[in-house]
Amino acid sequence: MTIKVCVPRDATALSLGADATARAIAAECQRLRQPVQVVRTSSRGLFWLEPFVEVETPQGRVGYGPVEAEDVPGLFAAGFLQGSAHQLAQGNVDAIPFLARQERLCFARAGLTDPLSLAEYEAHRGLRGLRNALGMSPAAVVEEVVDSGLRGRGGAGFPTGIKWRTVAGALGTPKYVVVNADEGDSGTYSDRMVMEGDPFVLLEGMAIAGYATGASYGYVYLRSEYPHAARVLNQAIATLRAADWYGASIQGSGFAFDAEVRIGAGAYICGEETALLESLEGKRGMIRYKPPLPAIKGLFGQPTVVNNVVSLASVPIILDRGGKYYADFGMGRSRGTLPIQLAGNVKRAGLVEKAFGVTLRELIEDYGGGTRSGRPVRAVQVGGPLGAYFDQSLLDLPLDYEALAAKKGMVGHGGIVVFDDTVDMAEQARYAMEFCAVESCGKCTPCRIGSTRGRELIEKIVRGENVARNHRQLLALCDVMVNASLCALGGMAPWPVLSALQYFPGDFGLPAGKEPAHVV
Amino acid sequence: MKKDAVIPRPAGRRGGPTLAAADAAKLQPILDRWAGVPGSLLPILHDVQAAFGFVPPGAVGPIAAALNRSRAEVHGVISFYHDFRQAPRGRHLLKLCQAESCQACGSRELTANVERALGCRLGETSADGAVTLEPVYCLGNCAVSPAAMLDGELLGRVTATKVHRLLQQARSAR
Repeated sequence: MTIKVCVPRDATALSLGADATARAIAAECQRLRQPVQVVRTSSRGLFWLEPFVEVETPQGRVGYGPVEAEDVPGLFAAGFLQGSAHQLAQGNVDAIPFLARQERLCFARAGLTDPLSLAEYEAHRGLRGLRNALGMSPAAVVEEVVDSGLRGRGGAGFPTGIKWRTVAGALGTPKYVVVNADEGDSGTYSDRMVMEGDPFVLLEGMAIAGYATGASYGYVYLRSEYPHAARVLNQAIATLRAADWYGASIQGSGFAFDAEVRIGAGAYICGEETALLESLEGKRGMIRYKPPLPAIKGLFGQPTVVNNVVSLASVPIILDRGGKYYADFGMGRSRGTLPIQLAGNVKRAGLVEKAFGVTLRELIEDYGGGTRSGRPVRAVQVGGPLGAYFDQSLLDLPLDYEALAAKKGMVGHGGIVVFDDTVDMAEQARYAMEFCAVESCGKCTPCRIGSTRGRELIEKIVRGENVARNHRQLLALCDVMVNASLCALGGMAPWPVLSALQYFPGDFGLPAGKEPAHVV
Repeated sequence: MKKDAVIPRPAGRRGGPTLAAADAAKLQPILDRWAGVPGSLLPILHDVQAAFGFVPPGAVGPIAAALNRSRAEVHGVISFYHDFRQAPRGRHLLKLCQAESCQACGSRELTANVERALGCRLGETSADGAVTLEPVYCLGNCAVSPAAMLDGELLGRVTATKVHRLLQQARSAR
């Protein structure tokens, strides 16, 4: 009997040598004349175990990791094709605590399927959402998404259904669906995992969005740093076209939808939706004034849905199982699940999809296992480079849009970056301003000039120059940036700075315990 | 504020650097491929950079003319995006991630080490023209920071030793 062995083809797994591991397994099978089928699947998101090899046994899938090419002969000798014990054995994959305690809706297929097999996608509940949608009225599809309580997972947290309702009601043809796949926040990789590991779920979500809002064409605006995702998405689109799930009349329904992938060119600001639209139009990625909202006047001046990858990838399950099923997960006004990405100095870094409400401490200690360096956790940045830094005292905060906002933080795209006690928080604050200066589009003065002045002020404070005056000036500058910038880049870059000042004043040479005059 | 309305004008037909005949012949199929496609400037520039290794100054005029836009607009787009370069780069391209997750795992020390070894700073090319070193702000490989990309290949849990070994391999493979 042919034994199935799964090796991920996810970019992170590849970056650790998954291709060499897969080749070594195939070579060893040939040498030993073992009938084995090596399948390249998506990743489970247990990245500290990558390359993570799974063997299908009568008792379920048994995992081994991290498996480097030179470990392969030893694994065969130990009888890993039968799921035998070995120092790299992780046991039954579904029972691994990191995975067993998750609630995977958006990532239900992660690690299970070949990303480009439409048959496997359908066998794992794929295309049910789109089938259901095509049997409903577009307005009913919009209401199902409204009922699910789904909010934009890109960072802003705007209710997806409400956005769709606006586009559906906007006058003008053509309309567009634009996927914001410019996942630029450090510490985030869930969009990348969807696109590389389960591309059909995103493309299905796009078609549903098109049907609901009256759009017949979509663009995936993908960052150039994700070449693997580009290849997978392009192949997946071709597969859907060949199977009549994309095209002039999807499955004979009369509904036309098609899409293409467009590659960005290394500009963080293009993750801001209006800058993204400018870039898609072939211009500099300068942000636009709002209003008009993109929903009314977006790409090429037409009504446009702009949604994040994970938002759209959450739509098929909502149309498959119903809005209520999705809304039953979560807390308060944060409904459903959030794919959380553990990153930075953390022992077990990976993807944790959980209902809203899980605390930072559970994530970092129970799931993450503390720092990779073994030193104490000192600071945690949640929500990307514009998110606040928290210290130990705030780790019991639940991950929830409103709870984090109350502490001047944000869920953002769900990335959590952990730092140990060697971190210099003044340097992190300086970097936040420097990054803003590098990536500012230059349209508004608070961001364009303020970021550079902010970096200089922090450098002066650290050097001990006129500390009290420069500290006051830095706070005033942050006030201007927060309140007068046109978009979130300039408007939020001060949060990592202010939070670092508040929780780690000693790193700036400032007296401890004195609450800084707070920005409104 | 930029206006979308396009006024017919002899865009890019006068002045500015020009391409040698062989290079112009290399550019034309790219312009033909994207003719009539909306918002095609970024895809064109990506294709030009793939074909030439950079966007030659002489290509700006013909691209502008093909899109009925001014040379200034095309130049503005090229200079806005970090990916587009206006001069050739080294034979190998090493991008080191400088963002938070990698900082938490020692990217500052790694970068300083690689800069010393190559004798050039981020954004520069080593004196022998072999390696261009660039900063990158997140490769999405944050679970196995620090991350880097060498000639398009993603690397994780990067150490200075690993970088030096791979660079040596790349140089000798040439």
